[in-house]
Formats: sequence, structure tokens, C-alpha cells
Amino acid sequence: MSTKTIGRRSFLAGTTGLVASMAAPSVVRAQEKVVNLYSSRHYDTDERLYSDFTQATGIKVNRVEAQPDALLERMKAEGANSPADVFISVDAGRIERAREMGLLQPLNSSVIKTAVPANLRDPEDHWFGFSSRARVIMYNKDKIKVGDISTYEDLADPKWKGKILNRSSTHIYNQSLTGSILAALGDVKTEAWCKGLVANFAHPPKGGDRDQIRGCAAGEADIAISNTYYLGNIIKKPEAKDADVLTKIGIIFPNQADRGTHANISGGGLAASAKNKENGIKFLEYLLTPAAQSYFAEGNDEYPVVAGVPLPKTLAAFGTFKQDQLNARVYARNNAEALKIMDRAGWK
Amino acid sequence: MSTQLENSRITPTGQPVRLRTALRNWMGDSPALLVGAISLCALLALPILSVVSNVFRQSNGTIAHLADTILAEIVFDTVGLLVMVGIGTAVVGTTCAWLVTMYRFPGSRVLGWLLLLPMAMPGYIIGYAYTDLLNYSGAVQSGLRAAFGWGRQDYWFPEIRTLPGVSVMLTLVLYPYVYFLARAAFMDQSATALDVARTLGHGGRDRFVRVALPLARPAIAAGLALALMEALADFGTVQYFGINTFTTAIYRTWFGMGDRVAAGQLASALLLFVAALVLLEQWARRQGRVHRTGSKDNPLRPTALNGWRRWLAVSICLLPVVLGFVLPVLILGRLHVQGGDVLFGWRFLKLAATTFSVAALAATLVTAAGLFVAYALRLSRSNVTRAFLQLATFGYALPGTVIAVGVLIPLGAFDNAVDDAARRMFGMSTGLLLSGTVAGLLFAYLVRFLAIASGTINAGFGRIPTNMDHAARTLGCTSGGVMRRVHAPLLGRSIVTAGVLVFVDVLKELPATLIIRPFNFDTLAVRVHQLAADEQLAQASTGALVIVAIGLISVGLLSGLTSNRGRQSHQG
Repeated sequence: MSTKTIGRRSFLAGTTGLVASMAAPSVVRAQEKVVNLYSSRHYDTDERLYSDFTQATGIKVNRVEAQPDALLERMKAEGANSPADVFISVDAGRIERAREMGLLQPLNSSVIKTAVPANLRDPEDHWFGFSSRARVIMYNKDKIKVGDISTYEDLADPKWKGKILNRSSTHIYNQSLTGSILAALGDVKTEAWCKGLVANFAHPPKGGDRDQIRGCAAGEADIAISNTYYLGNIIKKPEAKDADVLTKIGIIFPNQADRGTHANISGGGLAASAKNKENGIKFLEYLLTPAAQSYFAEGNDEYPVVAGVPLPKTLAAFGTFKQDQLNARVYARNNAEALKIMDRAGWK
Repeated sequence: MSTQLENSRITPTGQPVRLRTALRNWMGDSPALLVGAISLCALLALPILSVVSNVFRQSNGTIAHLADTILAEIVFDTVGLLVMVGIGTAVVGTTCAWLVTMYRFPGSRVLGWLLLLPMAMPGYIIGYAYTDLLNYSGAVQSGLRAAFGWGRQDYWFPEIRTLPGVSVMLTLVLYPYVYFLARAAFMDQSATALDVARTLGHGGRDRFVRVALPLARPAIAAGLALALMEALADFGTVQYFGINTFTTAIYRTWFGMGDRVAAGQLASALLLFVAALVLLEQWARRQGRVHRTGSKDNPLRPTALNGWRRWLAVSICLLPVVLGFVLPVLILGRLHVQGGDVLFGWRFLKLAATTFSVAALAATLVTAAGLFVAYALRLSRSNVTRAFLQLATFGYALPGTVIAVGVLIPLGAFDNAVDDAARRMFGMSTGLLLSGTVAGLLFAYLVRFLAIASGTINAGFGRIPTNMDHAARTLGCTSGGVMRRVHAPLLGRSIVTAGVLVFVDVLKELPATLIIRPFNFDTLAVRVHQLAADEQLAQASTGALVIVAIGLISVGLLSGLTSNRGRQSHQG
């Protein structure tokens, strides 16, 4: 009987200790130099990016990686006490939303201002893009010749009926693309474009970008809309089923004769609550160094934003292209309106 | 004190203390326990309330926009999904449970626990795996095209990524909830009732439909409720299959349109839906109240099947195991061999250790809370109290990210209030005490998975006649004593079941872990998600296989535990 009591008591003590050690870990090791990231990037190739930074500066990188909107809610709930120093998104819409929610503060960094082109920065200096992702037209070389299609607008042409694959409108990349078209064409023409595009879908949208590419290679349709880095990833690490993708898929950078190809950004900003502000700025500036820029390019096939950084082989093979100069904030703010238009057009 | 109350209950005439009577009518015989349970549920209801509170705010026309465009489709797809998953899980789960408990056929004992395995498979992973096999560019269709020289127009093949397709996927991973609870209920049934049916000339099917099924209905309904709530809350699978349910609509409204108010309103509509289902079920149960008749003196003796019947039984029970477990594991295994996770190795051991410990901790905590709430439900006499206790379990039906954000809000508010007070009184900052800690994460698991534990244990309580409680109370037992000395031994199997169900669910849990976790805290599910979100299924397969392996071991352990317990109580 007595052993039982002792057992229970030590169990309780143990549990209490465990719980206590779980709560408030932020108090521990306050001396250590750290930068706390709330990030929606989740690529293995970024790990070297972080470890290089730690090696060079002695600043440890702590990370929470999750969906951007949920991270913003967390920052909001945590308020002024939030441990977040830096917020990182994989699209312009969410980082602009962070600014709208008052969760970012001005960067005031001349390094960032000089390195990043103006169209990839917030005009009010709350965030900037450190890599960009072009959304392009991919085609099956057996079915389509270069010159058959050259703009996003062409995708709505009835001659492509049943021949286009694209993912759901729930996905941010399609919302941003439509947002950029909304800026170029206005709402009436954009809705007409959406309706034409939806009428051309081979089947209702399903799956992710890789699925669209693979379907196109297998002959399910002639055209797929996708971000370039998915194709780059497949080319570098093909699975057994990807033989067709390697030989049959071609890339068209749309709208080269006019506004240029739509490219989204992966962006960063300094949290309004940042406790390690200096480290945060150091980290954000580090993202623009040639070494970091080539990690994005070589590791994940994203386009560097800093001029003069050489492209890796996969990206160079896609060719160079003219990028739409529309400021990221404009299409970011167009996201909600774009989604409503897509809903009305029946884009699932 | 409670004996006094008990005495007064037995001789109620002439009791002048009206207040006490009123209190007792409301609270039953154990006010302390009920007050405790109500406080716990109030705490757990906070995240749900923070979502529901959006109902009273003005949204900027988003709901009207949805009503004009996609609302009809959302309602159709959601109801369609519920009907198909409901029928699928009920039929598969109940049939298999009946076969393995009532009959003996080759492999019936092993199948008894093999049937639980698909539970360890995350829904979106099985969806990815089957899509990889069956879609246009997948192995099967590519093979057919190559073999017969077909083009796209030359043949018909069922499209997997459709509403029926996603319903099959979710049925395959969710039927074990029904199976588990139904099997426990069948095992607890005494042979007496079934023997009476036999004497009255009823065959096997009749005994099942007219005797065993009605007796097991509370358990089947509880399992079904869990399966349907999980189907409603699913995002990963339906989104990948291009199906628009309430959950995907909530995500679109919130993330795409940035309208948190409208998203909260949609989530509230979802909850109303769940509440209606729960009420309907309770009403139906009241129409046919179940009285336990037999005793353990006359346990079930499974009948041996002969001839073609035994092979039919084997095939029926094998089918869900093959489709829900063996085949997906083979697909994942093949993918792993082709190009598994580059981190596989000692990093994985660490991930597995974190995952295992947090799941074990959560399972203990949630099961204890579930037992507490289920007991309070049993003791409570007021419908209002019961409804309130049930409200706390609705977190399970809300999309994971929505409820996770609902958890963040009260946690943050608490932390900041404490910090404010400490600054004012002591001039020091406490920072965030709970936000971003494992304790905060455990709270989130409690909110999400209480329904599993309390539902499972509640179904167990349903099989213990209340006159047993009354007898014990008359003999001077306190309500806690009744729990310890009467219920606990009888509930053993339900409690272990609840623990394992929660454990496996936490293994797979993603949205809350992802968003509430501390810095640099990774679980296997997080790892799998990171790769799957980037559409790297081959790499993701490795983590998925390890999750399945941990699930397999725990389910194996459980089956050993429960069958031993079963035998002991049969002997006793």
C-alpha cells in the first residue's frame, strides 16, 4: 500500500516537473543570440541557408513553420509578447496581409532597398521579396508547336477546349495570377477570361502543380499551368514515372511582347513585436547575399531577385524572360476580388 | 455527506429543504464532480466560442457572394460525403465486427486486430497513394495505354478524384472507429439474449438484425459520429480531390478572401449541422432505449463456420484490410524504395521519439478528461448540463486549423493578461507562459480529441446498467467510489480503446501541431506534411510508413490487452 502511495506521489512530482519544463522555455537561455522565424517556407534545401547564417554570425535560427494565415493569427493572439522576429511567406498576398494586420514594422535598410527591384518591395517598406516564382504555360511537345500560344489571354481561346490542366482556385498561385490579370485587364474582361479558361479545362481542377505537369506529359491534355520550380524539381529528382515529363514538356513564358510573365514572390518582413530586431534585420539582409540567393535558385529552382546572381543549369535551360513589373502589393491586394471572380466563373 | 443525500433521495417525502432539492434536480447527487466537469468543459469550449463569436459580427458581403456562387455545391458535396462515408463506415465496421466476434473462421482472430490498422493511415496519404496508382498518369492507366496502344479517348476508366472516390478513401480510414466500438459492444453482449432469439427460431441474420444490432446501437452511433465528424473536418483529402465541402469553403473564405468573420460564420454553420446530427441521434436512441438484460455468466460462444461461408467471411473481413492498409503500404513502400526521405536515419529516430512521447502524453490526458466528462454526462439529470458538456466535444468536427486558431486566441489572451498583471504588480514581465509551449499544444489536443475519448467511454457506460450505480450508492459508496470500484473494472476495455484511438489520432494530427508547437519542434506528421505539401510523395512516403508502423505496434498491443481483459472478465 505504501509503495503505491510513493509511486503515485513521485509520478505526480515527475509530471509537474515535466509540465513546468515545458512551459516558458523562452525564459531559458536568454543570453544566447537568436532570431525567431515564423515561416511558411518548408524546404529541406533551406536548412543549409540557416546553418550558414548561424556559422557566419553566431546567431541561432529558431523556426516555426506553418501555413501563413495561421501564423499571422498566432502573432496576433500573442500580441506584443510574441517571440516572432521575422515573418516569411511564400506569396505576396500573405505578407501584405501581415502588414495590413499591423504585424510588421518598417525595415529601414539601405541594403534591402538597393538590392531588391522596386516592384518586388512594399512601397511603404514593410516587406520585400527575396526570391520569385514565375507562373508559366507548359505544353506537351507532341501536341503543340512554339508560337501556337503566347499569352495568358490565349488560354481562354475556345480552340483549346478540353485541353488545359490547372489546379484549384483555392490555391494562392492561381489567385495571384488572376489578381495580376485583374490589374491588367479590369474586372469585366478578367471574368470573361476566367470563364473561357474554365470552359477549356480538360476536367475540373484536382491535385497540385506537379499533377498538372504529369497529366500533360501523359497526354491527358495539351497544356498545363504551373510554377516553374515544380518542373525544375522534377527534372532534378525524377521519379520512375517521370520519363515523359523529361522529354515531352516545354515551357512558354507568357506575354513577352507586352507586360511580361507573372511572378509571385517569397517575401520577408520584420515583426512589429521583434525582440531581436537587429538580428532580424541581419537575417533578412543575409537572404539577399549571393550565397543565399543561389541557395534559392539551386536548392528550390526559384528565381533570385538580386541582379547578377548566376542561374543554375536547370533554370538557365528554361531561358530568360521578361517579368511583369506590376508591384507585388497590387496583385496581393487583388487576391480577394480575384477569388470572387473565379467563383463566379465556376473555377472550382 | 453524500450518504445523507442518498438517504434523502430514498425517502424524499417531507424534505423541507427546497434549495437542496432544486440543486439536486439540476446537479444530480454529485455536485462537486459536475461542477468540475462543467468548469473543464467551459475551458475547452473557449476556443469553440471564439470561433462562434463571429456570428455576431458584420461580414462584408462574402456570405452573399458564396450564396450566389458556390454554396449550393458546398452543401451538396458535404451532404453527399456524409451520406456515403456514413453508410460506408457503418456497413463495413458493423459487418466485420459481427463476423469476427460471432464466428470462427480461418484467421478470424488475427483479422480481429488487422481490421484496426487502416486507422493509422492519414486520410490525405491514402488519397495521394491511390491517386498515384489510379489517375491518368498513374501506373495502372499508363500500363493499360502502353499494353493496348490506347489514347485518351479510347477507353473508359473510373476517375478516382471524385466525390464517390473521396468517400471511399475516407471510409477506408474511418471505418475502424465504428468497427472498434461495435466489436466492444458485441463482445459485451451476453449469449442469453441471442440464445432466446435462437430458441424462437431466428437464424443468424435475424439474430443480428433484431437482437444484436439494436443492443449495439449506442456504440455504433458513437463510432459513426466520430467518423462523420472527422470526415467533415477533413481538408487535405477533399482539397486534393477537388471536392468543395464546408471545410474547403472555410479555408477559401479565410485564406483566399481574407474574411475571418465570414469564415467563422461558416464554421458556426458547420457546428449547427453537427449539433443537429447529435440531437437526432439522441432522439433516435431515446425512441428505442436499450436495457441490458444478460450477465457475464453466459458469455458468447463464437460459432465455427463451414464450407463456402467461412471463405466468404474471410473475404469480407480481408477486403477493408487489403484496401485500407496492405495496398497503400505497398504503394508507399514502392515509393520509399524509389526515392525515400533524405533525412531517413537518426533524425527520424528523434522525430519518432518526439511524436511518440507527445502522443502518449496527450492520450493519457485526453482519456482522463474523457472519463471525467463521460461520468458527468451519466450523473447529470439536466438536459441543459448535458448539452453544455456535449458542446465541449464539438471541437472534433471543426477544421483543424480553425480550432487551432480558436485555441491560440484564449491562450494568448490569458498569457497577456497575466503578463500585464505581473508588470503592474511586480514590475516584471512573465512573457508568454502557455502560447508556443507543449502545454499549449496539449490543451489543443484536449479540445480537438475530447470527443473521441468521451464518446468511446460514454458508449462503454451505456452498457453498464444504472441500477448498479444505485445499488452501490445505497451501500454507501460515494460517486468517486462507484467510479473506482464499479465502473473502472467494467470500463477497462473502453478506457484502453479511448486511449489508443486518441494516441493514433495525435500521431497523425497536423494542423494544431503545426501552428501551436514551440520553436524547432517537429513530429512525423509535420515532416510528412512538409514534403507532401510540396508534392514530393516519394519522400513523404517514408514518414507516412513510420507513422503507420507506430500505429501498428500500438494497435497490436491494444488488441493483446483488450482480448486478455475480455477473457478475464469472462472467467470472473
